[in-house]
Amino acid sequence: MKILITVEKDWVSPRFDLTREVLIAENKGEKIRTVILPRPSAEELCSFILTENVDIVVCGGIEETYYQYLLWKKVKVIDRVIGPVKEVLKRVVQNRLREGKIIR
Amino acid sequence: MEVKGNGFSLELKEVLESIPYGVAFLDDQLRVVSINSLLEVLTGYQSEKVKGLEVNQVIKTNVFKELKTGIKKEEKFIIEGDIIDVNRRKIPVKLIVKNIFQGKRRWVILVVEELPFWKEKIPFLPQAEIDFFLGNSPAILKIKEMLPIFAASDATLLIEGETGTGKDLFAEVIHKLSKRADQPFIKVNCGALPETLLESELFGYVKGAFTGANTDKPGMIRLANGGTLFLTEISELPLNLQVKLLTFLDDKEFYPLGSSKKVRVDVRIIVATNKNLKQMVKEGKFREDLFYRLNVLKIQLPPLRERGDDVLILADHFLNEFAKRSHKKIKGFSEGALKVLKFYKYPGNVRELRNIIEYAVHVSSEDLISEKHLPEYIFSSIKEEIEGEKKIEKAEIEGIFKGSTERPFSWAEFEKKKIIEALISCNGKKSEAAKKLGWARSTLWRKLKEYGLE
Repeated sequence: MKILITVEKDWVSPRFDLTREVLIAENKGEKIRTVILPRPSAEELCSFILTENVDIVVCGGIEETYYQYLLWKKVKVIDRVIGPVKEVLKRVVQNRLREGKIIR
Repeated sequence: MEVKGNGFSLELKEVLESIPYGVAFLDDQLRVVSINSLLEVLTGYQSEKVKGLEVNQVIKTNVFKELKTGIKKEEKFIIEGDIIDVNRRKIPVKLIVKNIFQGKRRWVILVVEELPFWKEKIPFLPQAEIDFFLGNSPAILKIKEMLPIFAASDATLLIEGETGTGKDLFAEVIHKLSKRADQPFIKVNCGALPETLLESELFGYVKGAFTGANTDKPGMIRLANGGTLFLTEISELPLNLQVKLLTFLDDKEFYPLGSSKKVRVDVRIIVATNKNLKQMVKEGKFREDLFYRLNVLKIQLPPLRERGDDVLILADHFLNEFAKRSHKKIKGFSEGALKVLKFYKYPGNVRELRNIIEYAVHVSSEDLISEKHLPEYIFSSIKEEIEGEKKIEKAEIEGIFKGSTERPFSWAEFEKKKIIEALISCNGKKSEAAKKLGWARSTLWRKLKEYGLE
């Protein structure tokens, strides 16, 4: 299971299309790496997600077009999440994260 | 928190609720102190839950940096930008920001005003003119004619149409063209919430109405006061809520859960469904009286397969949109791709066409979209359909020979049709088409000449 979380200052970034940094976690969160994106772009982030074969995307606000596109590509999207990335990752690994969740 | 003045004292919440826009009250670090109900609806977050969070987390705007800078320089300013709302829509907004000083302490009032939606790029809509539905087919022209009439009326409107035909867009356009345009447009999906939750979402509740009701909640109907309430997937409304909605439609009044005080509101109701409500009435799944109450004005949005060449106009529009977004220089479609796009039946309608074009733009690295860039499933669907048609034709032919059909059969017409189909499926390559038809190349040439298909 590969998880991608959009990041801004160690929190889930509020907007998918303005994201400049992502965290990619594998092996139930044991293997983690951070990727700095060349520029914020929802289209480029979508193709990056597909290239990386990501299974779950956790993000803040995302436009319906990209949400539907990712779903269509069989990527699960948990959006409108607010909270520190570390805690969010823990929850998503434990399958305890849902859309619109606020974690402090 | 209280707002005090010469002889008055008000709860902050009350003040925020009195403003007909989404409002956030922030501290000097731009952390949320409170947000009003309209902003709760827009963002999908409850005021209590977001207390102390940086406002950018709650109002997901693209101009947060400018907001942060502006607040240090000016006492009051306005910025235009966009936000992503709870329904994943990117909405163009005007953010009105005002510093308030209380002794040495600074507070910030942030008002979120939605801008007219055609200011921002919206799919389905050409930008140069306010022509709301792209296309020139008779079906869509009829809808364009009806649009101003429906917008001018205040009567309940029922929108029927298959999934992806643009019911939500139609409802929003009607609202924005109506005299209620400056007031809220509240959308509720009747199929998205369980019955009990839907009731409290729609009608609201008072503190103590049930366990967990710690504060009053106004409900969507009250939030839509003065504006439009759009109930989508109305066919999914549970029967007991259908009664409550009917009573509300008749009286324009309702009781919030746990309240003995009636609330009167002025809202226009628009409902949408992709099901046949009349049929549901016959089956006893939808109340007849509510159906007639909703069916004052009715519009049936046509499926894409009945819109003829609109498919090509829309495909072209989406191609331009996605090519621009992905910084690709794609000029258009190949002949073959256009044929496929025109032939396919689009069960998901405009939404599906949009997804197909988006997919094609993503996978294409050439300056023309050709068949190979289109998703595979389209071809299998077309193949199934052709095979289905063949079966029907075969049955018809058998019928002719048995003398059981009234339709006159012309072998020449049938053969001509088969040749055209073979040529389309082989992209115009005659040798392949001949192979497909089980003929020699020379036979195909002769037949093409015979039928004037050269």
